[in-house]
Amino acid sequence: MNPDLMTRTLLYLDGVSVSFDGFRALNNLSFTILPGEMRAIIGPNGAGKTTMMDVVTGKTRPDAGHVIFDGKVDLTKQDEAAIASLGIGRKFQKPTVFESHTVWDNLDLAIEGARDPASTLFHMEGEERDRIEEILGIVRLRERRYELAGALSHGQKQWLEIGMLLAQNPKLLLVDEPVAGMTDAETAETADLLREIARTHSVVVVEHDMTFVRDLGVKVTVLHEGSVLAEGSLDHVSADPRVVEVYLGR
Amino acid sequence: MKGGFLLRGLDRGGLIFLAIVLGVGILVPALNLLVPPGNPFHVPGYAVSLVGKYLCFALLALSIDLVWGYCGILSLGHGAFFALGGYAMGMYLMRQIGARGVYANPELPDFMVFLNWKELPWYWYGFDQFWFAAIMVIAVPGALAFLLGWFAFRSRVTGVYLSIITQAMTFALLLAFFRNDMGFGGNNGLTDFKDILGYPVQAAGTRATLFFASALALALGFLLCRAIIRSKLGKVLIAIRDAESRTRFLGYRVEHYKLFVFTLSACMAGVAGALYVPQVGIINPSEFSPAQSIEMVIWVAVGGRGTLIGPVIGAILVNFGKTYFTAAIPDFWLFALGGLFIAVTLFLPKGIVGAVTDWTKRYRKTPSRPDPVAPKPAE
Ligand SMILES: Nc1ncnc2c1ncn2[C@@H]1O[C@H](COP(=O)(O)OP(=O)(O)OP(=O)(O)O)[C@@H](O)[C@H]1O
Ligand SMILES: [Mg+2]
Repeated sequence: MNPDLMTRTLLYLDGVSVSFDGFRALNNLSFTILPGEMRAIIGPNGAGKTTMMDVVTGKTRPDAGHVIFDGKVDLTKQDEAAIASLGIGRKFQKPTVFESHTVWDNLDLAIEGARDPASTLFHMEGEERDRIEEILGIVRLRERRYELAGALSHGQKQWLEIGMLLAQNPKLLLVDEPVAGMTDAETAETADLLREIARTHSVVVVEHDMTFVRDLGVKVTVLHEGSVLAEGSLDHVSADPRVVEVYLGR
Repeated sequence: MKGGFLLRGLDRGGLIFLAIVLGVGILVPALNLLVPPGNPFHVPGYAVSLVGKYLCFALLALSIDLVWGYCGILSLGHGAFFALGGYAMGMYLMRQIGARGVYANPELPDFMVFLNWKELPWYWYGFDQFWFAAIMVIAVPGALAFLLGWFAFRSRVTGVYLSIITQAMTFALLLAFFRNDMGFGGNNGLTDFKDILGYPVQAAGTRATLFFASALALALGFLLCRAIIRSKLGKVLIAIRDAESRTRFLGYRVEHYKLFVFTLSACMAGVAGALYVPQVGIINPSEFSPAQSIEMVIWVAVGGRGTLIGPVIGAILVNFGKTYFTAAIPDFWLFALGGLFIAVTLFLPKGIVGAVTDWTKRYRKTPSRPDPVAPKPAE
């Protein structure tokens, strides 16, 4: 551990390991995200990208290592709800929205505010109305607000989930493969949207789509077999022979 | 802000439902008391008690729908909460018998005298007071549900495992209440009631009042459930039902929500049991039998879970069928019930109300605003 570095970071992973039945999905993984930073994470299938997000959001407990948020909170000691309340939002690789709720209600559930049963029971609709309208506009779902989320196309579900992240207004957004299944035009729009979000939030994006990663124009971390293989600009890591070997050159 | 809470349940559908239930609650006793026997519009006394019983079952079904239809918790132990509410009321009614029992003991119920007990067990204290019994009707099932839910939901026990735990709970209570030394009348349960609040239980006026009270309880239970479902908490419940872990990642403490609805639902079931007992005149351990709890879930499935109105219709229809069949062809009932359940699962996965809703939507062929709360068909 490096306490000096830790206190300056928003997210600090140090020596994190996770095994599934003896298979090491994360192997002594360490990296840091600074406040306000946007980072792209790439790596071949099975590199451990999603598992890393599982560890940060409390879904998976690491066998070893530290995950420190905001320079002080040890996330490995918290559960999912507590981590979300600390200000970490997540978009899943497979889009997960509440299918039997309307688009509007999905955003209403996500919007920041008290999460305990007493508050939600007596909650009056109104205050967040404008904010939800605004987000509907940003993610282009205004016309479909009263439709069930289950009826949306794959791409629209992705956008709704990004909209839910916006509604949550977390300090750190973990975005797992946001452009999977999108057309080129949609992909470009999503890159714009994420860059816009990154102006006011810290964002970690996992993506395979290299055009998209280039569009983002941010620092890239390459994962391979559960640890960091290379880090730097996309051009820098693309030139790294080890990266070429395990990933780009396949 | 909180004053208007219940009123949220009063949209058009809710108002129609309330009007019907309260209408029945007034009309049936009136036709019994005011129309002379022999007149074709006269409702005989036994029918008042019978339909009153159905109303209690409807309230019970409503309570199951709240946890199962909206939060995905399939409780196979709601019969226990119902029975505990019933026993609390039964204990009050036993103490009202006073010295009029066979053994004429002013303090002890007959079965205790028979067991040679000399004094009232401590847990019978207070049940001579109606207010105390009324609190226990809600508190005892509520406390049990809270305790069970506390451990189960915190350990994230879900699905089949939770259903099995609730079955085990009601089965354990069945065995316990069968024992004479438990002090609840053993096998025979509590019966031979005389008075409730000073009025003879069997009198026509009392019967009519109990009937109206059951209708009122059903109406209030419905209003409460509907207000909950339409609140933001209701949206969270549905989110938990459909994607529990996703809900956690939004920062909701799923276990707190489950604990809230499970406990509330148990309290409602307790009230249903308390209204049931004076109308049927007996409460015995058979109400705890696991099959009983399964039957209740079938009422909900038949009517349509996650619709509130459906379970009410299901409870009344199935029990009407049961009354009919057990009188006409007694051996046939269990087959009919099993067949009904299979038929509903196969052909009406959303129950009667779900099927009717789908049908009217298709018939109109207009893309109306979808019902945001309809659950996915069978789990
Ligand atoms: N719950 C689990 N049980 C067993 N193995 C798992 C589990 N979760 C992940 N793994 C394994 O861990 C490895 C890393 O998986 P992970 O999903 O993190 O990869 P990824 O980098 O996100 O890949 P992709 O690009 O395909 O999404 C894979 O080999 C996967 O099979
Ligand atoms: Mg992945």
